[in-house]
Amino acid sequence: MNIEIILFLILGLVAAISSVMMITRKNAVISAVFLVLNFFALAGLYLLLNAQFIAVVQVIVYAGAIMVLFLFVLMLLNTEAEHKLFIDKKGIKFFAIFIAAFVFIEIAFLIFKGSPSKNLSPEQVASINSGTIETIGQQLYTNYIIPFEVSGFLLLAATIGALVLAKKKFE
Amino acid sequence: MPANNYEYFLLLPHIVLSVGIVLSILIEIFTKKGKEILPWVSSIIFLFVGVYSLLTLDKNFLIFGGTVEVGGKAAIFNFIFNIAALLTVLTSIDYIKKYEIFYSEYYILIQSSVLGMMVMSMAHDIIVIFMGLELMSICFYVLAGLNRKRLSNNEAALKYFLLGSFATGFIVYGIALIYGITGATSIQNIFENFIQYSNNILFIVGMLLLLIGFSFKIAAVPFHMWVPDVYQGAATSVTGLMSTAGKAAAFSVLIIVLGSNLTYSSPIAFRNYFSIIALLSTLIGSIIAISQNNLKRMLAYSSIAHAGYMAIGLAAGNKYSFAGIVFYLAAYVFMNIGAFTIISIIEGKDETRLTLDSYAGLYKKNPFLAAMMSLFMFALAGIPPMAGFFGKYYVFFGAIQADLTWLAIIGVLSSVISVYFYLRVIVYIYFMNETEKFDIEKSLGGNLAISLTGLLVLFFGIFPDTFMNLITNFIK
Repeated sequence: MNIEIILFLILGLVAAISSVMMITRKNAVISAVFLVLNFFALAGLYLLLNAQFIAVVQVIVYAGAIMVLFLFVLMLLNTEAEHKLFIDKKGIKFFAIFIAAFVFIEIAFLIFKGSPSKNLSPEQVASINSGTIETIGQQLYTNYIIPFEVSGFLLLAATIGALVLAKKKFE
Repeated sequence: MPANNYEYFLLLPHIVLSVGIVLSILIEIFTKKGKEILPWVSSIIFLFVGVYSLLTLDKNFLIFGGTVEVGGKAAIFNFIFNIAALLTVLTSIDYIKKYEIFYSEYYILIQSSVLGMMVMSMAHDIIVIFMGLELMSICFYVLAGLNRKRLSNNEAALKYFLLGSFATGFIVYGIALIYGITGATSIQNIFENFIQYSNNILFIVGMLLLLIGFSFKIAAVPFHMWVPDVYQGAATSVTGLMSTAGKAAAFSVLIIVLGSNLTYSSPIAFRNYFSIIALLSTLIGSIIAISQNNLKRMLAYSSIAHAGYMAIGLAAGNKYSFAGIVFYLAAYVFMNIGAFTIISIIEGKDETRLTLDSYAGLYKKNPFLAAMMSLFMFALAGIPPMAGFFGKYYVFFGAIQADLTWLAIIGVLSSVISVYFYLRVIVYIYFMNETEKFDIEKSLGGNLAISLTGLLVLFFGIFPDTFMNLITNFIK
């Protein structure tokens, strides 16, 4: 067994277990933390597939930004009402099982019958190769240097704006 | 194409402004008198960048792999934005104390918004356009709501933010569709094969979404609902900048997008769209403005009408009309900022003196302001020899060249309607008796800004050829 398969098995196990843990926890905050773990495991899988950029974006955007938003909303809202929702409406559970089974069968069919990794056209191969950090970094620092630098000023202006509008005291 | 290191040198105006933003933040952090120093720092930066851009007009290159253009029409737009910002800053020195937004962040945000506009006007790549647009818009959202204690400010900021992000959503979705079909973000690559792509319904939908988003930003009917409330609710100096430089930036993008179309393929692909926009904007803007008693609201509707006149030029889609739009934008920026500066001087501490009644008998109280207000109103109405006349003249001339005589006639008719509400202000100033007694504040910066704009409006009106020749050289 080479190292890639070992890593794949470990990361896949972590991803699968954490997603099961996520949907079975009663406390919504703990669920959210398991979701973060799941995102990290998925990012590791993307790295194994040589899609470095997607892996980094997965960590920064999903595990970083979106999960923080989730956690804030969970802490601010009262999540008690959710239990009643599931007790009252049994139909939702069957509907969810149906959707999950449908997606599972679809993916299984694609993997075993469709074999997506065979018969790639040259453009598809090129687009897969462009997902590496080198290609993206080279583009960002040569042709797209202007939007890259402007995005820095955009974040700066947004920070200043947020501070001005949310500052507690007026001087 | 110039050598690689020289590319950065060509970006000197943008680099100076960016360094200025960071420098302003440092001044605010390390000195106690940041609020007093920053207006002068910003003024010097804007003056330098504006004049330097105008002096380097001839160095017209596409740099950084064809993503941005320096010199040429980008430089002309840089001049317009920076002079507009300079005038706004001069107005603001006294005004923001009265309006209780005396923060140094005010100037930093104005600088950032101007950087965004400059990025928009030099963009030849959809990603660059989008980044510039966002930088400008986010600064404007904050500037519109800078005074949190005022209900009108909060309303303006929230409406502007919600509808503005909605429009941005349209633009992003349009960009996604265009990229999906063409596989390119460069405007040149997209328009080289425009005719081939235009058979694809998704590409046309993407282009239309992009144009709809920008129609919102230029405040054209039917995407104008936010304009009166936002322009009325925001601080007057901010409104002056939003309604002029912000509109000019959005038009610069439309000129780049449709102007590239001029070079590569059929320039009239979106003629019907812009004809309808122009028809509705000119008529609805002019007619509703008649019934407005509040001056800021009246100027908001007049700004919708002006967007309509410029959209006539976009519908015509030839060299003359694009040059006409640039000239019109320059003239509009100066006359409108002048008018808003006078409003900001006359309005009271709690925006009590914004109606026409407050202007009754103004010529007895302050002959200078009265004369300048009349000058700007004549200019906005498009009466020669003021700059506004030649703006309309060039745009309508372009429309007639493009066999759009009916649209030019609609434009002239709506200008005639608009004369009524512009001249009504002058009637109040000179022929009505004073109804309320109040003292007009002294504002050195404001008076300086008014004199400068007045001179520019007269200069562009009396010698339109000097500026027009500059513009036509760079519209290809």
